[in-house]
Amino acid sequence: MIVAEIKPFGEIKDMLKDYKKVLILGCGTCVTVCLSGGERQVELLASALRMARKIEGNEITVGERTILRQCDPEFIDQIKYEAAQYDAILSMACGAGVQGTAERLGSIPVLPAMNTTFIGVSDGQGTWVEVCAACGACILAKTGGICPVARCAKSLINGPCGGSQDGKCEVSKDNPCVWQQIYAHLLKLNMLHFLREMSQPKTWPVHPRRLVKEQTKGV
Amino acid sequence: MGFREALDSGKFLITAEIGPVKGTEIDGLLEDAELIKEKVDAINVTDLQSSVMRLGSMAVCHLLKDLGTDPIFQMTCRDRNRLALQSDLLSAWVLGIRNVLALTGDHPTLGDHPQAMPVFDLDSVSLLKVIRRLNEGFDMAGNQLKGATDFFPGAVVNPGADTEAALEMQIIKMEKKIEAGARFFQTQGIFDLDLFERFMKRIEGFKTTVLGGIILLKSAGMARFMNKNVAGVFVPEPIIKEMEETKDKVKTSVKIAAQMIKGLKSLCQGVHIMAIGWEKKIPMVLEEAGL
Repeated sequence: MIVAEIKPFGEIKDMLKDYKKVLILGCGTCVTVCLSGGERQVELLASALRMARKIEGNEITVGERTILRQCDPEFIDQIKYEAAQYDAILSMACGAGVQGTAERLGSIPVLPAMNTTFIGVSDGQGTWVEVCAACGACILAKTGGICPVARCAKSLINGPCGGSQDGKCEVSKDNPCVWQQIYAHLLKLNMLHFLREMSQPKTWPVHPRRLVKEQTKGV
Repeated sequence: MGFREALDSGKFLITAEIGPVKGTEIDGLLEDAELIKEKVDAINVTDLQSSVMRLGSMAVCHLLKDLGTDPIFQMTCRDRNRLALQSDLLSAWVLGIRNVLALTGDHPTLGDHPQAMPVFDLDSVSLLKVIRRLNEGFDMAGNQLKGATDFFPGAVVNPGADTEAALEMQIIKMEKKIEAGARFFQTQGIFDLDLFERFMKRIEGFKTTVLGGIILLKSAGMARFMNKNVAGVFVPEPIIKEMEETKDKVKTSVKIAAQMIKGLKSLCQGVHIMAIGWEKKIPMVLEEAGL
């Protein structure tokens, strides 16, 4: 899923300083799961904003709403009329959700409450880790299902650099060297031979990318 | 005799390393090179060592060439994409540089511009393959060059990788580097000859040339720092103690390095001395080692 974290409160407050009526729009999918931008976070941010603006003597009306997905026009359309009553929308979705909402709502400014950080999975209670770089050319079949493009600080595809110590990455002692994880897993799978294969340099994607499904196009 | 010829001659090889300054004052660096040039077969010039922005390796290699030494151009994948790497290789060639050491490079976060974008478009194995392609007269995309290079490519290996998995992968990657065209290897600093001997046994069948790394210790503190922070470097406690108790740090450091060199003579094909600021002491080390 897409992992995002809420921006510093000061930055959000500053972004909204000229608005009197703002709708905070949560997103019910990825950012809800990573406890960053769902219904509960919308409620907390709304209270904090109301209180901060009251103290400043510049009160604000804050609406709260969470839709299932801000990256899908179908769900954004559900709040079209409601949104029209506000000066601005503060989106608590990932970057895709903010842009999806902005494009669909057209004339109302849509501002980001979040910094979108990575595509990841949960690896403990309240922790998430980046695992996919969306590089567009998946090599997981040869790396024991563990991605060196996303999880090696140098995205090395022909084995590790020489910088790991005690199985940790040279960049941070908190990060395991992903190549050691790959090694351990390939060993378990009896697939160590993949380490000997020469990996070719990647063809890097050209942005923006697009996916077209011919069968459903225009349906 | 250039480095390639020295290697082909089968003599015990000696290379040293010079790190360019942060800035443009090159007098000290040239003085060091002048002092050691007769005693070594080649001088490596580091490429933004430890990811710290400084004077570039290619320019310094060119200056060393003018001094009459045979430089080894260290090239990391950290800062340049494949276009820049290939172009810089062509530039190095026309400036008279003949040896290239292909490295991954430290991550930018370890240096003095931690905000920098890490490039790593290619890795060290792919870079070696690119060098071979340029030598054949083609770029990476298969386009023909007007004038090929004829580089002598080398690579690095870390024999002191601290886990079995890390060491095994170092060896597998070393094989890949040989397959990709590496003709020689320079290693991380060695302080434990038994450990290095075991490494050399494991790569016995590899047809390549290994230059064991020698780091000049400046103090016990430096040894402890490296043990904690430099991957693959392990200074055993007796050596640290020796540095701690000595009244003459330089003399002891030189003695330790010379002992390592003597030990390496029967284990590999040469030594690579990383003096890290003590370049002027290299002649003493070599003399003490009987080279």
